[in-house]
Amino acid sequence: MKFFNFFILVFLLLGINFSNAEDKNLIYKITKNIRCLICQGQSVYDSDTEFANSLKILVEKKINEGMTEDAIYKHLTMKYGDWILYKPKLNKNTYILWLLPLLLFLVGGAIIFKNLKIKKN
Amino acid sequence: MKNKILFSIIIIFLISLFSIFYVGLNKTSIYKPKTSLNKNIPFFKAKIYETNNEISSNEIFNGNNYYLVNIWSSWCVPCRDEHTFLMKLKKNKKIEIIGLNYKDKQKNAKEFLKELNNPYKKILLDQDGTIAIEWGAYGVPESFVILNKKIIKKVIGPLDQKTFLEIEGILK
Repeated sequence: MKFFNFFILVFLLLGINFSNAEDKNLIYKITKNIRCLICQGQSVYDSDTEFANSLKILVEKKINEGMTEDAIYKHLTMKYGDWILYKPKLNKNTYILWLLPLLLFLVGGAIIFKNLKIKKN
Repeated sequence: MKNKILFSIIIIFLISLFSIFYVGLNKTSIYKPKTSLNKNIPFFKAKIYETNNEISSNEIFNGNNYYLVNIWSSWCVPCRDEHTFLMKLKKNKKIEIIGLNYKDKQKNAKEFLKELNNPYKKILLDQDGTIAIEWGAYGVPESFVILNKKIIKKVIGPLDQKTFLEIEGILK
């Protein structure tokens, strides 16, 4: 019985550690994708300003409340705009940003394909 | 014919690329946050200064009058500069000033108010700075004018004669 209790205790501790590690990784991932708005070219993760430190605590609180990664991004963009995200979402302001590389890739591919076809003929 | 089409496509592409970069060169790269908004105030719970009782935003902003939320701290030097304008605004009965004490020690905050007087109707505590983030603030000092639970004006940095007159204009 003692062994069984010990086993449960170890299992619980490991479980808590795993979930903590997962949460920590998620916090790192999110804060690396958030821009420190009062810094020069730094993410919230990299910065140690009061603003960045408060944001780190807020992200941790929101994760503990059960908010998803996307919901946290949405929450922050509502307050600070798209500029706060390093990887902005696809919307009418970012169509060119996201679709231009794809368009250039397709046009380039088409040109290469056509040239190869001409050469074959 | 084909070469002509390709040539004109390349020319159009280069011209548009040039125009985008040319416009981009003249645009300032310094990020300026929006200061005129019509956003709903955030929902939050905060402890009240000195009593440490918890209060929610719904209980604070339940009137139809104007509110000014001022984020301040005793360690913030520009907060001292704007304090005279807050004291002037206090005289206007149309507005209630709510202080949000940002990452401060209560003892220092008390001394600050003792020295410069207290313009605030209520003071809320924001010890980890997360309530300021919920307001969309960048730092201290920062002020928000609120009417009917909506932010109608945001002042980033200390209040000065210009912003004080702008707020007085809104209250008229």
